[in-house]
Amino acid sequence: MFSNFDYDVIWRSLPYLFQQGMVFTLTLTAIATVFGLILGTLIAMMRLSSSAVLSGFAVSYVNLMRSLPLVLVIFLFYFLMPYVGQWIIRSDQPVQVGAYASTIVTFTLFEAAYFSEIMRAGIQSVPRGQVMAGYAIGLNYREVMRRVVLPQAFRNMLPVIFTQTIVLFQDTSLVYVLSITDFLGAASKVAQRDGRLTEMYLFAALVYFLICFTASFFVKRLQKRISIIR
Amino acid sequence: MKRIFLLGTMIAAAVCTTQAGAQELTGTLKKIKDSGAITIGFRDSSVPFSYLDDNQKPVGFAMDICYKIVDAVKKELKNDKIEVKLNPVTSATRIPLIANGTVDLECGSTTNNADRQKQVAFTNTHFLTASRFVSKKASKLDKIDDLKGKSVVSTSGTTNIKQLTEANAARNLGINVIPAKDHAEAFLMVETDRAVAFVMDDILLASLAAGARDPNAYVISKDAFSKPEPYGIMLRKDDAPFKKVVDAATAELYKSPEGAKIYDKWFTQKIPPKGLNLNVPMGAEQKKAFASPSDSPDPDAYTAN
Amino acid sequence: MNYNWNWGIFWDQTPDATGTYFGSLMSGLQVTILLALCAWFIAFVMGSLIGIMRTLPARWAVFVGNAYIEMFRNIPLLVQLFIWFFVVPELLPGDLGIWIKQLRNGPFIAAMLGLGFYMSSRVAAQITAGINALPKGQRMAGTAIGLTTWQTYRYILLPLAYRIIFPPLTSEFLNTIKNTAPALTIGVLELTARARSMQEFSFQVFEAFSAAAAIYLVLSAVVTIGMRIIEKRLAIPGFNGGK
Repeated sequence: MFSNFDYDVIWRSLPYLFQQGMVFTLTLTAIATVFGLILGTLIAMMRLSSSAVLSGFAVSYVNLMRSLPLVLVIFLFYFLMPYVGQWIIRSDQPVQVGAYASTIVTFTLFEAAYFSEIMRAGIQSVPRGQVMAGYAIGLNYREVMRRVVLPQAFRNMLPVIFTQTIVLFQDTSLVYVLSITDFLGAASKVAQRDGRLTEMYLFAALVYFLICFTASFFVKRLQKRISIIR
Repeated sequence: MKRIFLLGTMIAAAVCTTQAGAQELTGTLKKIKDSGAITIGFRDSSVPFSYLDDNQKPVGFAMDICYKIVDAVKKELKNDKIEVKLNPVTSATRIPLIANGTVDLECGSTTNNADRQKQVAFTNTHFLTASRFVSKKASKLDKIDDLKGKSVVSTSGTTNIKQLTEANAARNLGINVIPAKDHAEAFLMVETDRAVAFVMDDILLASLAAGARDPNAYVISKDAFSKPEPYGIMLRKDDAPFKKVVDAATAELYKSPEGAKIYDKWFTQKIPPKGLNLNVPMGAEQKKAFASPSDSPDPDAYTAN
Repeated sequence: MNYNWNWGIFWDQTPDATGTYFGSLMSGLQVTILLALCAWFIAFVMGSLIGIMRTLPARWAVFVGNAYIEMFRNIPLLVQLFIWFFVVPELLPGDLGIWIKQLRNGPFIAAMLGLGFYMSSRVAAQITAGINALPKGQRMAGTAIGLTTWQTYRYILLPLAYRIIFPPLTSEFLNTIKNTAPALTIGVLELTARARSMQEFSFQVFEAFSAAAAIYLVLSAVVTIGMRIIEKRLAIPGFNGGK
């Protein structure tokens, strides 16, 4: 059954698959993780704040994003974003966003909801006594958050954050629906042009597997190390 | 990846700093002037109109026409340095992306019809093609009625899948209609026997079949779902100044000998990536569409006699 | 904003003349629910088997269970769907492959298998965690009163473990519902696909996708509330998970 395999098609397309496809996949993953984490932390702080308006907004945002399939959000935001941009800057016509920027914003906004849940758990994992001690020595809310709570929350949650990043890395493959050349998009373009679906999709699966498996292996080790330190 | 999204053909040429015409620019022209860039929407697999070549760079008949339009826009704005950005589109995303300003020109194989003219505008027709189906010779399908009860694929977001669903309902055929993302994917469904037939514009079917591993295994139906319908390059609606520039550029190109030359390049000569020759010389209708350019959505406007 | 809103569009006829756009979205919802339930069945059965295997004393069982989880968890769902749909039939012997490919429900079956096995790795991880969360004494007590391994699981460990992991299983079920959407790439006409095709035919992009989003919200709210009610009834007073 593997006798008529054409390994050459994989070999020939390697530069395209990695230099264009994988570079885009990794860039999208990295940017969406960083900005998603920042936005997610802000949302988590809103959620835990004493203001009912802020926490209400955070709860609705997180629940909304977590109830919708990512594919739907990718389509909707791709079409919607230029109009939102137009509304924000009061332009007379839709703002041009482009496929690249659009997917980055989409993933950042979507993943922020998931990161905010992680950061909320992280913030709550810091003993309340430390917060009170912070206030007792005269720090204000910002200082307590920045110097006491968030660094610990972030460190405690590091393995979970990395695990979520691996999920995000896998989720980026969904930009396929917009014909964008991520790693899977590149593989499928070659597959369809040369009629070599079997080879290309199995190869794509293997590459994703190796990356995610290695990454989660290191996350597990990190988890053990962190749990010993604490 | 920057190559895909940002880099187009950056033509750094003569220094030209004079401001464009005295009259106030509006719409797309203003946007192009302000941003210094024009965005072209291209397709993955609309051979030979707009598709990816061996280096995964978009090429094709419609792409060539679009680059001519870009030249005309440069001239109009008196700015040689306008950057060309390329943005991938699919049949399903092209109309919303034109409307929301993501792409300025959609260069592919988009059928110009009255329905779509309510949403977007088209420039002069660059091709005429009827909706048919391709199937394997071995499955011996020729008439639309032969598809009864079978699985048939078409590309989502096309006029063809609409015609197929309409015919399916009108003739009570009980066809299982499968939507595919793009033409290559749809053709693969037939090649790998997941669907017995693929309903699409016959020119696209011919080029897909010609590019298949065994081109002789396929046959295109005589039965058509539609009259030959016009293809046009899409632009935003209600943008008369931009449409005027584009219409003038395409009309000039189609009427000049260069129009026929570009046509021959893609339809009667070897084309990338596999060196196929589609061998579709200009018919009477095509000649007429080029001699008297029109953006009419009415198929009857193009009959030659 | 030069966009023509038309909320009445839902009551217009679809081009295939089989009903309104609203009806078409509803039929998409049906497919979404059906696909989620079928996939969940596979995920639950396979996930339970693998999850239990990983808690057995036999080392080979743990190894097989771990390998299974790593395999299905580390490949993106979309790639797994493509493999079930495009690749698996090619690797089967000729006639069987052709038969599978020509099944009328081919896309649905591929999506069901792909999603089911993908989710089963997550369910398995939850089951293992649930069993391991039980006090060691429970297992020992079973052995002490002379129960076999099978009986210990059947009568002592599993009834408790499933109750403990009911909340995380609920959220995995919600994930299963959301994860039906990528099936549109292999031609399954579920809710998002129906919204996309409504947009293509009617050009009312935002009405179509907002309606689909609203339906997903309602669906997930209904499931969440339903599961909370069941959860309360399942809880054992005084034990983990109960109040």
